[in-house]
Amino acid sequence: MRAPDGPRSWTARVREAAEGALPPEKLLPDRQPAYVASWVYVFGVTTLAALIVLVASGTVLSLEGPDWWHTSAVGHFFNSVHFWGVQMFFFAMVVHLWGKFLMGAWRGRRRATWVVGALTLLVAIGTGLTGYVLQQNFASQWISTQAKDGFNAVGIGAFFNVLNLGQMLTLHVLLMPAAVVLLTILHLLQVRHRGVVPPFDAADEHLGPEEAER
Amino acid sequence: MKLVAALVDLSRPARYVHWEWIQISVVNVLVIGLMIAVLVLAVVIPFPRSRS
Repeated sequence: MRAPDGPRSWTARVREAAEGALPPEKLLPDRQPAYVASWVYVFGVTTLAALIVLVASGTVLSLEGPDWWHTSAVGHFFNSVHFWGVQMFFFAMVVHLWGKFLMGAWRGRRRATWVVGALTLLVAIGTGLTGYVLQQNFASQWISTQAKDGFNAVGIGAFFNVLNLGQMLTLHVLLMPAAVVLLTILHLLQVRHRGVVPPFDAADEHLGPEEAER
Repeated sequence: MKLVAALVDLSRPARYVHWEWIQISVVNVLVIGLMIAVLVLAVVIPFPRSRS
């Protein structure tokens, strides 16, 4: 127990900051502004759904290994689910990016949300690349040798070696997906903290004239 | 797979479009076009609202 007039612990300070930034009604809202009723707002959650499919199918693939996914019917199925999940993930993420760019989604003190989203895309592209070079087919050979030339040209080929299967495997299975998932969680918390960005014609009403300009 | 193979000859190299310094496969052009179309449709098509 701390003394009533003693210094507060760091856990208390973190708890109070978290409660201030994300009270339960903000973290799990049951109502949204009327402008959210638009198809433009569905691509973020579509990307999230694809990410969940990717993590689930990737977990199954990593448990069973290449011998399984190359040779069995069920393995081929999960390999295909993982591959087509990637196509859906990037398709939805790019449409989400375009939609948010065109509505200036960094308005109303949402710059950090925008930056973390852009960073998530960059890390996801790296995760996709490390996955493509793990396919163990002619496409992966072509992609990895082309990428090796590119990374050598910018001087990082020795540290990020796309011809090193072990390095690519551990990056793709653990480190990079963990980074994508953590950045996505941060992005979602930021969206919950600031709320969904209003369209331009509703900005004055929902942000106030000064915030709408920021 | 036979249906896809009937639509696209997977045994041949991919077709590319080349304009100035831009070189991109036809399939990638189609995917980009599809993404633009989906974005436009998402803006234009009304979102279904609950009856309550």
